[in-house]
Amino acid sequence: MTPAESPLQIEQAALEVGGRRLWTGLDLELQPGELVAVLGPNGAGKSSLLRAVLGQLPFAAGTVRVLGLPAGAAGRHIGYVPQQKLFDRGAPLRARDLVGLGFDGDRLGFALGGGARARAVDAALERVGALGYAGRPVGELSGGEQQRLRMAQALVSRPRLVLADEPLLSLDLAHQRAVLDALDAHRRSDGAGVVLVTHDVNPLLGMVDRVLYLAPAGHRVGTPAEVLTGEVLSRLYGVHVDVLDVHGRIVVVAAETEDGHVEEPASAAPGGAA
Amino acid sequence: MTFDELWGVLFDFRDYGALLALLGNTVLAGAVLGVLGGVIGYFVMARDLAFAVHGISELSFAGASAALLLGINVVVGSIAGSLIAAVLIGLLGVRARDRNSIIGVLMPFGLGLGILFLALHPGRSSNKFGLLTGQIVAVDNPQLASLLVVAVVVLGGLAVLWRPLLFSSLDEEVAAARGLPVRRLSIAFMVLLALATAVSLHIVGALLVLALLVTPAAAALRVASSPPVVVGLSVLFATVSTVGGILLALGSSIPISPYITTISFLIYLGCRIAGRRDHPARRPVASLGSAR
Repeated sequence: MTPAESPLQIEQAALEVGGRRLWTGLDLELQPGELVAVLGPNGAGKSSLLRAVLGQLPFAAGTVRVLGLPAGAAGRHIGYVPQQKLFDRGAPLRARDLVGLGFDGDRLGFALGGGARARAVDAALERVGALGYAGRPVGELSGGEQQRLRMAQALVSRPRLVLADEPLLSLDLAHQRAVLDALDAHRRSDGAGVVLVTHDVNPLLGMVDRVLYLAPAGHRVGTPAEVLTGEVLSRLYGVHVDVLDVHGRIVVVAAETEDGHVEEPASAAPGGAA
Repeated sequence: MTFDELWGVLFDFRDYGALLALLGNTVLAGAVLGVLGGVIGYFVMARDLAFAVHGISELSFAGASAALLLGINVVVGSIAGSLIAAVLIGLLGVRARDRNSIIGVLMPFGLGLGILFLALHPGRSSNKFGLLTGQIVAVDNPQLASLLVVAVVVLGGLAVLWRPLLFSSLDEEVAAARGLPVRRLSIAFMVLLALATAVSLHIVGALLVLALLVTPAAAALRVASSPPVVVGLSVLFATVSTVGGILLALGSSIPISPYITTISFLIYLGCRIAGRRDHPARRPVASLGSAR
């Protein structure tokens, strides 16, 4: 693996889940340090894309190389923020233990003392503003507090590719900023590629390089300015969609379909369609 | 029965020194089981497998009684039974819901088989039911050796797999994303758990294995959440339960298990009361005090 190598190359890929074809003919090549946001309505196959890149779902067609390796083989060079699933109250670990698992949880034997380990974990906690509750049991933390740990856990091993599934969920604006800043700093310093699934592109607008929009009638890859237009999204959804710029925030509004049902392009704006 | 008579049945410390010398191996076996149960109990809690322990121990009991009937080594029989149970549970019960129904199906079947084998066995009945309820027996050197071998295998296996096992137990999705073979780790853990269950059965009995493999770790989790502290406390609690139980039961004719389960339960109760998680260091002293 050379530093200039693409963190993720997807060529002519198709994905089927439960016999249903989610998308086909997907091409995406990440540059080192590039951040791609994956947008689209529920059920469009955004999370499934991440799982396929992790090697947990097979692609129905096409090829994928993750850091130059087949899907599922790049293990410890990947940082993964899973879809939010809260820990039970009694979960037997503390905040810093969860982050520590990200640091060296895949190695055999015990984690022997080692100041380097503690320093790396502390630094990762600090970057997302979680140092203050490092010693508390994970299960007693709020959803937002747990979510910040997830980003710290994903970044602590300095991965070459970060896959994040709704990493901003349950976070208020200040903490969204902290988590995104941590992610941004990491991809710049380490040249890591980032694929980030989100329902709201607005918090990312300043840092997102390209957008992958997965929709019922197709998909589109390009810069936000290229993809997030009424014309493109109308084609992707198969209904008329307006993209509004409201004080610098992108709001997507879908027209009603003929049967009176309102399609929900939950993509680019929270409550935008409402 | 007067209180004095009851006391005399429960606790009999006459000729204690001689008994202790005679049963030194048993005390040692109890200590080894305490360490084993305390360590593996942490993973049982982390993987939410308390019910599986019960299921494995019933099939282990069936294996042991089959061995008794066939006249082969009972420890070997119990290990065979628990390995079969563990592999079945591991293979068929990947998701918690499936797992619980598999265990619920296997457990009565194993218990029934065990009772059948015991009923067919011509020997004295008090010995036979020791497999279910535990018994104090003079552990001879070969038995102690086999227990030590199993303990070393299980503890060694846990030490090697420590971090991956912890990762896949506590955070399976990310562990899988990081390339850990979570499925194989799960089967490997079930095998280690089966071995630990099979040897525990011979001291506390099949029905009460939970007191050794679950209660101490559950108690430790009430007062601490740092993994090394929890494991340390769990080992301490389990060892105090087994060794304390054996020492109390030494002179009496009652099976050993009620002593062990009672101490284990009192420690748990103490930990629940002491329950605030913030200061694990001071709590165990108080709870041990109340257990004696």
